[in-house]
Amino acid sequence: MSIDKIKYSSRIELLSEIMQQRILIMDGAMGTMLQAYKFDEKDFRANRFVDFPNLLQGNNDILNITQPDAVREVHLTYYRSGADIVETNTFGGTSIAQADYGLEQYVSEINERGALLAREAANLAEQEDNKPRFVAGALGPTNRTASISPDVNDPGFRAVNFDDLRIAYGEQVRALIKGDVDLLLIETIFDTLNAKAAAFAIDEICQELDIIMPVMISGTISDKSGRVLSGQTAVAFWNSLSHVKPFSFGLNCGLGATEMRPYVSELAKIVDAPLCVYPNAGLPNEFGEYDQEPAMTGGLLGEFADAGLINIVGGCCGTTPDHIRAIASAVKDKKPRTPPTYEKAV
Amino acid sequence: MILQRLLRLSGLEPFTLSKEIKFVNVGERTNVTGSARFRKLISEGDYEGALDVARNQVEAGAQIIDINMDEGLLDSKAAMIKYLNLIAAEPDIARVPIMIDSSKWEVIEAGLKCVQGKSIVNSISLKEGKEAFINQAKLIYRYGAAVVVMAFDEKGQADSFERKIEICKNAYDILTKEVGFPPEDIIFDPNVFAVGTGIEEHNNYGVDFIEATRWIRQNLPFCHVSGGVSNLSFSFRGNNLVREAMHSVFLFHAIKAGMDMGIVNAAQLIIYENIDKELRDLCEDLVLNRRPDATDRLLEAAARFKGGAKQQDRNNLEWRKLDVTKRIEHALVNGITEFIEEDAEEARQNSEKSLHVIEGPLMSGMNVVGDLFGDGKMFLPQVVKSARVMKQAVAYLMPFMDAEKLEAGEDSATHAGTIIMATVKGDVHDIGKNIVGVVLQCNNYKVIDIGVMVPTADILKAANEHNADIVGLSGLITPSLDEMVTVADEFERAGFTIPLLIGGATTSDVHSAVKIHPKYSKGQVVHVDDASRAVGVVSKLLSKEQNPDYIASIRNDYANIAKKHEEKQARKSRISLNEARENALRLDWNNYSPTAPSFLGTKVFEKWDLADLAKTIDWTPFFQTWEMKGRYPQILQDEKQGEAARALFEDAQKMLKQIIEEKWFKPKAVIGFWQANSRQDDILLYENDEDKELAVFHGLRQQIKKRAGKVNTCISDFIAPIESAKKDYIGAFVVTAGEQEEEIAKKFEQNNDDFSAILVKALADRFAESFAERMHQRVRKEFWAYAKDENIADEELLLENYKGIRPAPGYPSQPDHTEKATLFKLLDVKKSIGVELTDSFAMWPGSSVSGIYFANPEAHYFGVAKIEKDQVIDYAKRKGMSIKEVERWLAPVLNYDVAN
Repeated sequence: MSIDKIKYSSRIELLSEIMQQRILIMDGAMGTMLQAYKFDEKDFRANRFVDFPNLLQGNNDILNITQPDAVREVHLTYYRSGADIVETNTFGGTSIAQADYGLEQYVSEINERGALLAREAANLAEQEDNKPRFVAGALGPTNRTASISPDVNDPGFRAVNFDDLRIAYGEQVRALIKGDVDLLLIETIFDTLNAKAAAFAIDEICQELDIIMPVMISGTISDKSGRVLSGQTAVAFWNSLSHVKPFSFGLNCGLGATEMRPYVSELAKIVDAPLCVYPNAGLPNEFGEYDQEPAMTGGLLGEFADAGLINIVGGCCGTTPDHIRAIASAVKDKKPRTPPTYEKAV
Repeated sequence: MILQRLLRLSGLEPFTLSKEIKFVNVGERTNVTGSARFRKLISEGDYEGALDVARNQVEAGAQIIDINMDEGLLDSKAAMIKYLNLIAAEPDIARVPIMIDSSKWEVIEAGLKCVQGKSIVNSISLKEGKEAFINQAKLIYRYGAAVVVMAFDEKGQADSFERKIEICKNAYDILTKEVGFPPEDIIFDPNVFAVGTGIEEHNNYGVDFIEATRWIRQNLPFCHVSGGVSNLSFSFRGNNLVREAMHSVFLFHAIKAGMDMGIVNAAQLIIYENIDKELRDLCEDLVLNRRPDATDRLLEAAARFKGGAKQQDRNNLEWRKLDVTKRIEHALVNGITEFIEEDAEEARQNSEKSLHVIEGPLMSGMNVVGDLFGDGKMFLPQVVKSARVMKQAVAYLMPFMDAEKLEAGEDSATHAGTIIMATVKGDVHDIGKNIVGVVLQCNNYKVIDIGVMVPTADILKAANEHNADIVGLSGLITPSLDEMVTVADEFERAGFTIPLLIGGATTSDVHSAVKIHPKYSKGQVVHVDDASRAVGVVSKLLSKEQNPDYIASIRNDYANIAKKHEEKQARKSRISLNEARENALRLDWNNYSPTAPSFLGTKVFEKWDLADLAKTIDWTPFFQTWEMKGRYPQILQDEKQGEAARALFEDAQKMLKQIIEEKWFKPKAVIGFWQANSRQDDILLYENDEDKELAVFHGLRQQIKKRAGKVNTCISDFIAPIESAKKDYIGAFVVTAGEQEEEIAKKFEQNNDDFSAILVKALADRFAESFAERMHQRVRKEFWAYAKDENIADEELLLENYKGIRPAPGYPSQPDHTEKATLFKLLDVKKSIGVELTDSFAMWPGSSVSGIYFANPEAHYFGVAKIEKDQVIDYAKRKGMSIKEVERWLAPVLNYDVAN
């Protein structure tokens, strides 16, 4: 489908329209791609942070400011591999996560820059083939949990609470919206209460700005127990967040496609939103590396499509542009899932 | 695909109020305004205890728990946050959704910020106007919760039908149209008010609620109706019987009208059909406002129903008019066997296969029983009676099923898991084990009971043969504790991984954690302290989902217990045996003249009047056997368990009468007296009048460090020492209710009547205990006659306000069971009355009591408590046993760990 923006009052209507017709493709891992640039401490700092007191290497989010060309290039590579949606490089872009580096005051800039880089890549890709591309502003889980005490001897203690999270996510969301994202993506959720705080913040800000911002929600089942880290089963997790009326709901990270499938199929029965799935490239091997071949990942996710389970699909840890290409080709021409609908209210 | 608009909540697990669920009972004990106990725990900061309250509710089957911290003296907000955060760390509680209950918005909002699941807010209303209502509703929606809306607006609380529906309709429209609140997430509380107040305008309150409920459910699609029922009967305070009947009648009609949720004290609900017909009609007249004089008539009748034994009318056969499925349920819930074969047959003819009768009406009836038991609406004796009905139905259907199976070449029926139950080697006690077995069977577990005195090898063999999912061990006497350690050890060696449950009177968390658990690392040892917990434990162990968390929590608990135990051990200071002997009890023997018994040697009693023994039965332990805690006779009037206690007591009386009239038991006894002197911690018995040593009773001395003025006692201190140059006396006895109990119980079991089998055993135990008491009285007044003038009424005997004691070997005053061997030899017990000792020195038949008589007025019961190694070495020498052997028999009282 070519861009016919005039026909749609917003990019989101366009996205929804495409989603009716085919399975949408998301991008793959960002971290693995950035590692290939072999940036050292000097590169992470660039000129901007040359005198910054703390070490910055490993803080991928800061690269939005210090190595923008690399970040834009990764996005563009994924668009060129078949992705309709890429996630901004802002997984750790809250003041809570950036506190590890002492970069809390740069949070807005990190996010706004991150959003703009993805937008620039989208524009470039659209110019190349005239296919519409979309940007999802990524909101990671932070490194703290509102439902779990980090101190086993004091189970009632919390290192972060709902309001801390609501404020931190609020700051990130404002910056992403300013950077012109099309959607927001609350992802890799391992504590549902963190995600509820993020959704709460989004709702507050959208009301304040009087805009509608579609929200994608994606949880992480941490192991074969079938539960998110904070203890909820997949369906309990959905019940906790269904009030958000998300643009899409689903799972990412934690598991490979094979291990994730039972929970995807459980959610497919009950989630009245499009289902979005982006697993890891299998389970890590004994060296902690993901070595599932692109064809394998593509084959497994192709079967998800055959079974009518998915509307949006992509990859998480260990997936590369080759994986995304394989996934895109595996689900091409396959029918997207028809979500169940609620009986009429009145 | 179309999804139904249902209330979908979550804790760690989802909960859907599906159409099959007619009524959700919200757990109400975690409420400081409703529970004095919970309020005390919270205000004292005992959050551990407060968590147990929540845990017990969930274990008992609460599908949602209501949490309320509204108490003037509490920082309600802080308490709500702390408690919810702690609950989040307890997966066995956090699995259910929470109802955040407060009249203060700031407490509600603080609560909403702590729960990851989808919860319910209780409550908001239009009391403060539309704007505040909309704001709160929007926030609740944004936090992702459902809401209870009270029928309250700026004009006040709705009392009439018209006001209730007006406010609810208004609130519904605002919520669904202006806020965008999902209608399925709205729960209306149309206010339950008191009826029968004497004020005419109140007469229709019950009808107004029920009719408003009906209107709401019909006109406001997808929403729900809830209410707090206890208000209704406010004017009948003090008459629980009438209150409970009113609640049941009210709920019966309100649920039919569409009330699908409620905060109700489940323990105080009586089954609608079980209410006395006359009382029920009177309550219905009042609740449904059927006649103007309903209040007066109920008030007048209330006095008659008050407190008196509530009899369910067995002759009322109204229920026979129900359809067969309902009849089967009624028979199961009420434990009525009379018609069960007839009903099973009818159900069978309606079914394609006989098995379907079991899987269908019988199992669903038992599920009702299980739920009622779980909710605390039924008690153990009632459940055992239900099982009797079930078993008889299954026995009736069995031949048909066998024939059908043969025809189809099928395998046996499905069940939730296979559990082997055994009383360990050397122990004969099995009442508790049988009760657990029945309760598990009621919950669709296949229970294979391999009996009493089961050697370890046979337990392993049975577990293998039946492919058991769980093995349960039971024991009552202390040597059984050691047997259980052996079984655990063997399980480990044999490579077993299935859970091992430990239960019985002497078992404990500490012993299980410290001694048994470390022996079985491949599987899991779980101590189950009462039968009502058994189902919860077993289902968690067999649930793939819950097992890992549950095992982890047990291991954590046991590690803590072991650590605490170790710390406690280190703190306890003991003194040496020599020091203890220095500090022995020294009686003034110079001014004491022992009374000579009426005879020396032994005397056998082959017959004893059962009716005489029935008079001195101590009923309190009888109720404990059935896990009903409380003292007799108060327990019969207990608010919560009174009804079940009365029914059980009545059954017991009925059987007691039969036992006496038909002479079911043949009680026998043997007693003996000897001359005796103490020698340090031992007691020497002499042959007749001579100085020749006949036998020695060995004593154990307290070694705990005592405060100044307190002594370290040993039973030998109650007998004149050799140095006193005075001949003293000692006595001994064994009484038994007789061996008939076994055979009678077996007959009941064969008739699928576990209830009566357990009942007869429990009664045999009571007879034996009563016999011991009666015999002791005769000994004091007649056979030893050291207290000829004693004049104590039968009912006061149990207070033990008499001279002399009768401690039993194996119990606190002398914890060594092996001393029974001496006692048995002296009395030639096997030959004289047929009672034998097992390998672990338990008595067979089980309903037997033994002991040693001391006549000295200073003699008293005491506990030896923990002893040190120096005493063990000394004791072994005196007894001619190896130290190892002594350590084995005295394992429960050693103050040190024996090296393996």
